[in-house]
Amino acid sequence: MILSMVTTLAMSVVAASTPLLIAASGELVAEKSGVLNLGVEGMMLVGAIAGFATAHHSGSAMLGVGVAALAGIGIAMIFAMLSLSFLANQVATGLALTIFGHGFAALLGAGYVGISAPVLHPIAIPLLSAIPVLGPVLFDENILVYFAFIMLAVIAWFLNKTHAGLILRAVGDSHDAAHAMGYPVLRIRYAAVAFGGAMAGIAGAYFSLFYSPLWSQDLTAGRGWIALALVVFSAWRPLWLLVGAYLFGGITFFSLYVQGLGISVPSPLVSALPYVGTVLVLVLISRDARRIRLNQPACLGKYFHATA
Amino acid sequence: MAPGLNRSVAEDAPLLALRGIVKQFPGTLANDHVDLTIGQGEIHALLGENGAGKSTLVKIIYGVMKPDAGSLRWRGQEVAINSPAQARALGIGMVFQHFSLFEALTVSENIALGLNDPKDRENLEGRIAEISSRYGLPLGPHKAVHDLSVGERQRIEIVRCLLQNPKLLIMDEPTSVLTPQEVQALFATLRRLRAEGCSILYISHKLEEIRSLCEAATIMRLGKVVAQCDPREKTARELAELMISAKLKTQDYSQKHSAQGPERLVVSKLTIRSNQQFGTDLKEISFAVKGGEIFGIAGIAGNGQSELMDALSGEIPAGAPGNILLDGAPVGLERPRARRRRGGCFLPEERNGHGAVGGMSLAENGFLSAHIRGALGRFGLINRRRTQEFAAKVISTFDVRTTGPLAEARSLSGGNLQKFLVGREVLQQPGVLVISQPTWGVDAGAAAAIYEALVALAQAGTAIVLISQDLDEILLLCDRIAVIAAGRLSEAMDVKDATIERIGLLMGGTQTGREEEHVVPA
Repeated sequence: MILSMVTTLAMSVVAASTPLLIAASGELVAEKSGVLNLGVEGMMLVGAIAGFATAHHSGSAMLGVGVAALAGIGIAMIFAMLSLSFLANQVATGLALTIFGHGFAALLGAGYVGISAPVLHPIAIPLLSAIPVLGPVLFDENILVYFAFIMLAVIAWFLNKTHAGLILRAVGDSHDAAHAMGYPVLRIRYAAVAFGGAMAGIAGAYFSLFYSPLWSQDLTAGRGWIALALVVFSAWRPLWLLVGAYLFGGITFFSLYVQGLGISVPSPLVSALPYVGTVLVLVLISRDARRIRLNQPACLGKYFHATA
Repeated sequence: MAPGLNRSVAEDAPLLALRGIVKQFPGTLANDHVDLTIGQGEIHALLGENGAGKSTLVKIIYGVMKPDAGSLRWRGQEVAINSPAQARALGIGMVFQHFSLFEALTVSENIALGLNDPKDRENLEGRIAEISSRYGLPLGPHKAVHDLSVGERQRIEIVRCLLQNPKLLIMDEPTSVLTPQEVQALFATLRRLRAEGCSILYISHKLEEIRSLCEAATIMRLGKVVAQCDPREKTARELAELMISAKLKTQDYSQKHSAQGPERLVVSKLTIRSNQQFGTDLKEISFAVKGGEIFGIAGIAGNGQSELMDALSGEIPAGAPGNILLDGAPVGLERPRARRRRGGCFLPEERNGHGAVGGMSLAENGFLSAHIRGALGRFGLINRRRTQEFAAKVISTFDVRTTGPLAEARSLSGGNLQKFLVGREVLQQPGVLVISQPTWGVDAGAAAAIYEALVALAQAGTAIVLISQDLDEILLLCDRIAVIAAGRLSEAMDVKDATIERIGLLMGGTQTGREEEHVVPA
């Protein structure tokens, strides 16, 4: 009985953490290249509706995930074009992208409200899924949970061990030096932003095809912002992204649990708990300003214009 | 392939020949039919004032810019160099003036970024070690760049170039921030490269260096080549006159001003913890400067100069008010604005981002520092007319080449911006002026103008603290000097008793002390 409770608890933590992890790992790569894309929430919403609509009409949730990634890339390219090619302010453009994403997703989704779509089913990994507690939590999940872990490992490896990753970090650290050495700064940043868009789109699809598979407006409920905060909180280190995402997931579950117990706390306050809690922890951990400064890509958010 | 093996190829053709290079920028003709010929195994000097078009020319050679007209011949073959990667593939390496290094990355990562061919990156650390020992360029491959001194950073760039066996090495102002001993070591490296058949294009405004190192020189002024000569046959004075085309006044600056009256700036037992991640803490720094006196602080970059600058200007508060006395008033805990009100003016080393805001106009940059002493605003409002007049006065007094007070600071070349910033402080008629690296990257003509302004200010009774890594400059201007190393300041000595060797030893002898401190984990 207790064992099954623990399992349920842990599964819901994983469920709440996964989309954050996916969106945040994409944003991490974009930021490492020196681009601050505040439009994560908007890209997630567009990904969510694109995935939902595709899955609804085709009957295939996996196809939905793929289309969501493409939609994320598409909308990220709007951002990249404005901020990288036309040198618009990245912060303002990112905010605009989120507002645009909200509206665009609501417009596309108007006809789908209340309709359901095929969902992503758990894929049990033979043997491993039979382990008590750990099995169902980690090895009997939908494909995006595995995807989140694998991508995190791939990103950590890519950034720290490969030459291409080194170039990406170099562009984020000093775009002028990278340009002087002949690296195509803008092309690299376009690619990083596209990757961030794809990941945000997939994170959005996770909401509409698994987490709450019934279309409603504002399905992502501000998770894009939390993903952005996590990147800073982790000081741009993939492993800490994992810690942060699961911290948020944990507090989310805890707040649901508190509501379930019927403790007389105003429910808006309880709903706000994961956000408040994550921000608090973020602030506490970010007090070490030196580490943040050291890890932060030095060119983050600065526009690059090749004078030569 | 060792550089020496290529000597037989096209023996009679020069290594690189530029003919009629033209490059037009909006408003200026940066290169006007420039010819340049570099022979095999030759150290060739490229001389010129800021804005003479040297950097543009070098960028064209290195493939960063494309010329509007003209031809490049590489070992007799006409080539078009469209990218740095292509330049490197031909065998052209470049060490930049403002180092093109990535602060957050390690030495070997930085070097790997300069290598196009994956084959070059195999066994990278072993090859770094080999080049390091062969050319006397010690480097620790796992150190992060932000932890390194300027001299070490330069070594990274040189090693990065040498790993590709260049046939032509371009060096842009390489000795500006090195100790005399480091300069000698660098020259030994360059002469060794020449002996192996590598040509070097050496850009500098230090004429004595050019005379001792180079066997050919091309002198540029306002985008044109004005002379080609053998610098060994000319005096430094003749070279300088060719470069700025006006007879230089020989100045003995130190005779023109002398200490007078009471001490205007007194620093006693100033001890400060650095606010930088890898900064240097200041330890019990004491000195005093009288009006009319120029007090020089020599030292290698990163030994506490920037912390001292910040402490004197008020960006970092001192431990107690009495640590710093400005005209007798204890100002140790006062903010920069309060110190400015008392007659202090300060100009930090970093022009862009610290001394000036690149995205603001010259007038606005003038206001930022001079609004109190120049009375450029009232009741929190900016007096636009006075602010623009102030900037215009700086521009005309200091011959700043720009389109006017409304030009963006970042649109100015380094030397011009520096002239503007020095002028901005000098025209405020400060009682005490603290200035760091006033002529870093500035050509001889502009440097002379800055020197004259400082001397005139001292004559008028200002106490000046000059923090500089350029020993010639310190010996030329100062009455008394001290050396900062590992956050400690040596005893002040009269400039008559100071020799390059003695100062060099004070700077170098204590450098081990600094490295010991960095070993202790923070």
